[in-house]
Order: sequence, then structure tokens, then C-alpha cells
Amino acid sequence: MTEYTWLVPLPVVVPLFGAGLALALYRRPRLQRIISVVALSVVLVVAATLLVLADDGPLVVDIGGWAAPVGIDLVADRLSALMLTVSAAVTLCVQLYSLAQGEADGDEAAPVSIYHPTYLILAAGVANAFLSGDLFNIYVGFEILLAASYVLLTLGGTGERIRAGSIYVVVALLSSLLFLIAIALTYAAAGTVNLAQLAERLPEIDPGVRLLLQVMLLLAFGIKAAIFPLSAWLPDSYPTAPAPVTAVFAGLLTKVGVYAIIRTQTLLFPEGRMDDVLMWAALATMVVGILGAVAQDDLKRLLSFTLVSHIGYMLFGIALASQAGWSASIYYVAHHIIVQTGLFLVAGLIERRGGSTSLDSLGGLAKLAPVLAILFFIPAMNLGGIPPLSGFLGKVGLLQAGVADGSWLALTLVVGGVVTSLLTLYALIKAWNKAFWQTPPEPLPDATLPKGMVGSAAALVVLGLALTVAAGPLYGYAERAAAALDDRSVYIQSVLPEGGRGSGESVDVAHGEEDA
Amino acid sequence: MIDMSPNLVLVGVIVVLVTAGVYLLLERSLSRVLIGVILIGNGANLLFLVAGGAAGRPPLVGLELERDMADPLPQAMVLTAIVITLGMTAFLLAMAYRSWQLHRHDEVQDDVEDRRIARLAARDQRAFEDADTEESTTTLDEEAAETRDETDEGGPGPAGVGARSGEHDRPTDDRGEGSR
Repeated sequence: MTEYTWLVPLPVVVPLFGAGLALALYRRPRLQRIISVVALSVVLVVAATLLVLADDGPLVVDIGGWAAPVGIDLVADRLSALMLTVSAAVTLCVQLYSLAQGEADGDEAAPVSIYHPTYLILAAGVANAFLSGDLFNIYVGFEILLAASYVLLTLGGTGERIRAGSIYVVVALLSSLLFLIAIALTYAAAGTVNLAQLAERLPEIDPGVRLLLQVMLLLAFGIKAAIFPLSAWLPDSYPTAPAPVTAVFAGLLTKVGVYAIIRTQTLLFPEGRMDDVLMWAALATMVVGILGAVAQDDLKRLLSFTLVSHIGYMLFGIALASQAGWSASIYYVAHHIIVQTGLFLVAGLIERRGGSTSLDSLGGLAKLAPVLAILFFIPAMNLGGIPPLSGFLGKVGLLQAGVADGSWLALTLVVGGVVTSLLTLYALIKAWNKAFWQTPPEPLPDATLPKGMVGSAAALVVLGLALTVAAGPLYGYAERAAAALDDRSVYIQSVLPEGGRGSGESVDVAHGEEDA
Repeated sequence: MIDMSPNLVLVGVIVVLVTAGVYLLLERSLSRVLIGVILIGNGANLLFLVAGGAAGRPPLVGLELERDMADPLPQAMVLTAIVITLGMTAFLLAMAYRSWQLHRHDEVQDDVEDRRIARLAARDQRAFEDADTEESTTTLDEEAAETRDETDEGGPGPAGVGARSGEHDRPTDDRGEGSR
């Protein structure tokens, strides 16, 4: 198995290298497109390979040959590999979509020369955050993807995007600062930022300090993941960006936050002292988010609110702190990344076809663009949790885990989850009725949809269906990933095999600190 | 063993930096927010230094005794954090400048949704007083187009922001972006 560890850094290195190359070739847009598609395809292949390999046990790389607790390590375990594969598939689809859009609009419409490098850096940052086995390196990954996201969100620098961007950037900076301070405190308390070593050392430090660290990290990740009281920035900033950018943000960025919560809660703070708080936060996120969605009359905003709302489901699974809850959460994250991104891409298509995303001015699309109607209807039903689609399976898993938990709080969450699910269905059906069935208030402009855009959106919808068809193996994989999360020794053992050191130089513990 | 009690002067400086930073973050103007971010960022960097223990000799194996060495790990992290903060500062600065180009100010504007809710509340208030409700047929889109420049009338508006109609004071907005 060790002969494949060289694969682990590739999802970070390849997009970064591609980004540099694409930036250097900014005068050759054709070449740029080829580079970015090739780089993202390579990442997808590598991630899929890692997905298979990691099933036999985590793959660990000590970067630069520096041994683990001092040097930085990348870990591809089942959870990371699954997240990586799903995100790679999504980034590739969105990239193809935006390429088709660029082709249809002509290259003058967007400053493509910086778009491709930035997008690749975003992909590298996401991969780094997923793979990192080191708290500080997670921070670096977050910063990479955030810096790229700032650029993508304010692309073109129009007044509306600067308005939305300033809110987004300030909130993201705040969460980064919180995260940085939390890391400093962690280092002060435990003398390490390596996740595996932290897992060993944190139980030894003062419980009060441990709680403080947990709360600080949860706050930082909670802002990124858009958990209710910290979610207000999201619905106002995402919808202003170009459709592919919104789609990839909605699919990936919040999930990176969710991933970080799963990782730290399970590995570092297994005693679960914040679980009740997380439960309440999950309930509030679900209900407040979906009520916001019901009130919207703009499709993109509506989808942004459903995004916030469904973060609550994942949080619910995490807060249950049982294997069943975690596996349902992991499956739900995979499902939600694909479905939500697909819906945003379709919203972009609707905007192109109907000239607007305001539900008041759309109408009659079912007759005008039946393919579009199908592309919207399937992921919408999926998100609403209609059986037998993957949204239903994920929700059933969560509800079962909640009932198995049996506490009144968990049962409240189960009820809240069902209500939220129904309200999601209501909000999406409302959108469906208005955009596709009502008589349009005034005739829609005559526009055709580029085949490439429809094709890549359709690819994501089909991928969402594939999650349903392959639900058995995938759910099994999620269950094994959750089991690995529960048994922390597997992770710790593979990062710090014997004597508490990873492979590579700096083997002596006493001399460890000289090697950073 | 290195003395691990924290340096009180540094702790005091961190407190001042973070306090001032939080105050500035709560301001409307992006340049003040920017200074706030820089201050808190530096506070966090100092916190890393405190976390690394007392200062010592350069950590060069073979040249210095190991027990005299400073802990290099937090210094490596601080270096990374400084670079990242620098990049973010540059971006925020560019964004503030762009905002100034477009609107002649660099203030963070209200959430459209917030303003809508505030306006609804204001309308309800009137309705309670004289039962004469005002009809509004604007959609969120139109409202967003109108309200994006509410801070143009000189300074962050005090209370009553929500009650203002915003239709008559549409300023020179971003349509003129190409003029510079």
C-alpha cells in the first residue's frame, strides 16, 4: 500500500502547478482551458484512486521527508478521500460548464485570463483542507481557497459584486482570525498542531481549556459552514456571483467547513461536550434557513437559503456522535454537494433562458425548455427528499440515527428534520410552479442554451442519480468511514506509527523541534 | 527546561491589539476594518510567540545547545500567517479602493434582506398607528438595485434607514464605472 502514497499530494500539487502554468500563459486562452480541464481531470482520477486505496487504511505522506508531529503530513483516509472525490467531480463539471458559457458569450464577457488560475487554486485549497493532517495546514488550505474565492466572487468588480464581496470578505477574514487565534491557543496548551498528536495530548490538558479550544474552533468553522447564527452572510453574498462560481461555492466551500467540524469533533474532542449546543444550532439552522427560503421570490436566493438549511442536517448527524449519525452525515454531505451544485448550475441555465432568476418574471419554462424542466425537477425532488432519491436515503439515515439516540433533543431534531424536509419541498415546488408552470407575466426572451452548459449540468444531475443507484456501496463506504472516525487509534497509528514519529527525518523526539 | 511562564508585556500588547482591532472591525468603513484585521492579525501572531515560550538562541543544530534554543515551530507558523495576512490586506485594500472608485466611499453596505425587513417593520409600525397601510409593489430585485448605495448620503445613516424610501436619492452608481 505504501507504494501509492505518492498519489496523496497530487490533488494539491497538480492544480497549483496548473494554476501557475495557466497564469504564465494568460495570452493563450485556448491553452489555459486545456490546462485547467486536464489538471482537474487528473485530480478526479487521483481522487478516485485514493478512494479505493484508502478503504484499506489511511495513506499518509510526511511532506518533504520531515517526520509527522514536527513536519506537515497529508492524510487520505476514507472520509478525506470521499470528500475529495466528490469535490473533484463537482469542480470538473462546473469548469466544463463555465468553459461552455465562456464559449457562448465570447471571451470578452469575463476576464478569463485570471479566472482559470484562480479556479485551479480554489480546487487546490479545497483539496489541501481535505487532506491535511495538521491544524495549521488546514488553516493554510482554508486561506488558499478563501483567497481564490474572494477573487472569484468579485470578478469584474461591478458595484453589486463589490457590495456583496465586502460583506463576504470581512466575515471570512473574521473567521480566519478566530481560527488563527484558536491554533495559537492550541499550540500554547498542547505544544503541537498535528491532529494525531493533538488527539493524544488534548485529553491530558485542563478540561476548561479544552472546552475553550473546542468552542473557538467550532466558531471559526461554523462561520465557514454557515451554521445558523453565523450564516447571515451567505444568502446575501453568493447569488451575486456568476452562476458557475455560485455553484462551486455553494457545493464546496460550506462543506469544507462541515468537513473540518467532523474531523475536529471526532478526532480531537470525542467526549462531545458541545453536542447539545450543536443539536440546537442544527435545529435553528434547519428551520430558520428553510423559512428564509420559503419567503424568497428569487431562485438563486431561495437556493442559497436551502443551502443554509441543509447544513443543519449534516450538523445534526455530527452532533448525534454515534457511528450511525456520522455515516448518515457523510453520505448527506456527498449527496448535498452534488445536488446543490447541480441546482445552482440549472439556475444559471434558467437565468440564461428566462433572462432573470426572479420567480415573478419567469414562467412557462416547462413548455419552452422541457429539458431544462427535467434538469431542475430531478435535483429539486432530490433535495426535497422524495424517495427513492439520495436525499431521501440520507435523511432516512439521519432520522434513524436520531431515533436510535432516543433522547428528547434528538427526537425534537427528528421532527424538525421532517418539517424542514417538507418545507424544502414546498419552497422548491413553489419555485417550480412559478418558473415552469405559470403563464409568464410577459413573454420570455428568445434564447438558446449552449449544449456544453446543458451537458455539464446534466452530468451533475446524472451523478446525483448515480448516488441513488450506487447508494448501497456508497452508504457502506460512509459507514466504514464513520467507523474509522469512531476508532481514532487507526488514524493516530497510521500518522504516528511507532514511537510517536512519522516516517522521514527527525526521528528523535528530543531533537524534534529543530527540524521544523 | 525553558521557562514556560508567559511574558506579561506581550500578553498586555496582545490584549490592546485585539481590543482595538475588534473595535475597528465593527466600523463601517472598509479601511478601518482593514486596520482592525491587521491589528488582530498581529495580536494573533504575538500570541503564537507567547505560545512558543521564552526567547532563546537561534535553533541551529550543532551551533547552539539544545536547551538554549528558542522554539522555531511557532515562528514558522507566524511567518506563514504574516504572509497570508499581507495578501488578504492587499486584496481588501484593492477592494476598498474599487468601492471608492465606484461610490466615492468605502463603506460596507447593508444587507438587502435586512433593509427589507426593517422597511416592513417600519410599515407595520405606521399601520398600527393610523391603520393606513402603504402599498409597496417593489420586488426584491428592484429593491436591491435601489438600495445598494444607501450610504451615499453622507455617513452611515442613523436609525430610520429602514423607513427611507430610497427611490429619490439614487446616486451616481456603478453604471458609471467605466468613467475612470
